[in-house]
Amino acid sequence: MAQAIVIDKHPLDDIMRAERMPHIFCPGCGIGIAMRCYAQAVLESGIPERQHIVVSGIGCSGRVAGYMNLDSYHTTHGRGIPFATGIKLANPELMVTVFSGDGDLAAIGGNHLIHAARRNMDLKIICVNNFNYGMTGGQFGPTTPTGAYATTAPYGNREQPFNLPYLLAAAGANYVSRWTTMHVRQITQDILYTFTKPGFTFIEILAACPVGFGKSNRIPDGLEEMKLYRERSVLARDVPLDQLGIDLREERPIYVGNFVNRDVPAYAPVSIDP
Amino acid sequence: MMGGKAVLTGQHFMNGDDACAEGALAAGCRYFGGYPITPSTEIAERLARRLPEVGGVYMQMEDELGSIASILGASAAGARAMTATSGPGFSLMMENLGLGVMLELPCVIVNIQRGSPSTGLPTMAGQSEVMQARWGSHGDYGIVAYAPSSPQEIFDLTILAFNVADRYRVPVIVLGDEVIGHMVERVTIPPADQIPRWERKRPAHPPEFYVHERFKSFRADEDNLVPPLAHAGEGYRVHFTGLTHDEIGYPEMSAETHHELVTRLVNKIRHNAPDIIRTESLYLDDAQIVVISYGCTARSARRAVLDARAAGIPVGLLRLISIWPFPETLIQELAQTAETFIVAEMNLGQIRLEVERCVRRPVRGIHHAGGAMIHPEPILDAIREAAGLR
Repeated sequence: MAQAIVIDKHPLDDIMRAERMPHIFCPGCGIGIAMRCYAQAVLESGIPERQHIVVSGIGCSGRVAGYMNLDSYHTTHGRGIPFATGIKLANPELMVTVFSGDGDLAAIGGNHLIHAARRNMDLKIICVNNFNYGMTGGQFGPTTPTGAYATTAPYGNREQPFNLPYLLAAAGANYVSRWTTMHVRQITQDILYTFTKPGFTFIEILAACPVGFGKSNRIPDGLEEMKLYRERSVLARDVPLDQLGIDLREERPIYVGNFVNRDVPAYAPVSIDP
Repeated sequence: MMGGKAVLTGQHFMNGDDACAEGALAAGCRYFGGYPITPSTEIAERLARRLPEVGGVYMQMEDELGSIASILGASAAGARAMTATSGPGFSLMMENLGLGVMLELPCVIVNIQRGSPSTGLPTMAGQSEVMQARWGSHGDYGIVAYAPSSPQEIFDLTILAFNVADRYRVPVIVLGDEVIGHMVERVTIPPADQIPRWERKRPAHPPEFYVHERFKSFRADEDNLVPPLAHAGEGYRVHFTGLTHDEIGYPEMSAETHHELVTRLVNKIRHNAPDIIRTESLYLDDAQIVVISYGCTARSARRAVLDARAAGIPVGLLRLISIWPFPETLIQELAQTAETFIVAEMNLGQIRLEVERCVRRPVRGIHHAGGAMIHPEPILDAIREAAGLR
């Protein structure tokens, strides 16, 4: 007779705040995948958990800090990076990750993003890009593709979106890559790598937002968007950075992979012998 | 250049901005996150030179939004942290002043006021951010603000600001002004072991204790409504959010939790006001006329009161050293015996409104919108008029 397998402990129980489940993410949302990859990377990092600090801004991805069983800070909209800057400089021993969304990091927090990259501040940025403001119900944002629809772009988005890898490369980030939530192994490995990489690192993770972005753009559920990622993701090799923009209308590839891997020394405050 | 010592014990001849920076260093401030702005820039300049001498960090941020966010982060990681700014930057800081209040992270925000609103008079004095210091961020909250009247006092009050911030887990504002910031006077810095130090309330047990029950970053002790603070990296697995939260720090979207939390944030300052409030009284015992002033304007008010006393007028001076919380009990007591109240301030009536609220009668105001110090003469004229001598 088959016996029930009782599992009373999940491998990530120590890394995530089980008592906070269920999370707020909608069915089909990709943030949970990205969050799980981060948790897995923390688990495998070999760095004591007490040294891992996670900081978020506002938005759906901003809620991730609240689910990690680490010292975690859910700050104000766009200000995760400068808050994390203060933590890191006050205690350089800490591994400080900023986990937030595209709207938080690239719109309202855009200035902090580029300046932290310019300084090569030793922060690990995980940016979930779901092409819209999901928390407020699907408005267009700094990464919404031109022509895509949103609740505040009922006639199609008139703006040009940020090509985030291009932006971050220009701003001076030490490490820039992009994956989709189809690429769970690559994401986990990439986060693990950034833990060993001093300086400002930026991983963009394209994620489905069926309730916010999808509903306006004929991507009715998360699975559809995952299929789109599977069909159109291309590992970029020698693709010029300015060609990495995303245009979901066209049958264009979605370039993924690592685009920047520099060894510029991380920011270090002035240190003098008194 | 300055010996690399955190506390420059001795007699100095320095301006208020420099004295503020030295007060911060003496208090143990080891992180400054700021953005240059007149007339506070000398604070940043001095700390850029001095902080590395004592193992601290000077961080020049991209704007004031980031400046205050960074000092909150540094505070969360255990540092005594400060920023310094003036009106336009202070406005930008209102966002995360609220975060500091909500997360209950100690920090010091120095505002060397200039002529406002907007860009106003960058190089000239103002006192018009008194109400912004109290109410500038959205929501109900308690806040602390001190208004120095001399370079010596900005040194002393910057130390007090750090101590109050740590004891009560609250952002504290040093509400200076351009006159005090740029005025050069004697500043006496005491020996390092005579610098008062109030510590943060810290967890009662090591992190291992909180295995079955989480450490509560927001469970306040009944005595003073202040919860203990665990720092980033100590292993308590804390969570901090600007959302309404429970005692652990987890978001809780309920009216009851919200009311309880916000009420405590207000009462934390209100109930501890006697420990926080600082005032100076001059000739108040028998005063029929009370002049109330603060910051640079209090210097003129003192001259006017001394001159009026010399002429036999029963006038006294109440100098507000702390602006917030407001010394309402003291003013209500004065209103029992004194007849006339005069408020002198370099704005068009912000503290006068508070005094009127306390004394429940019209208060004479000596006001100027900013840019020029109020001279003793108009204050003296108002005193003489109140005494029936005009």
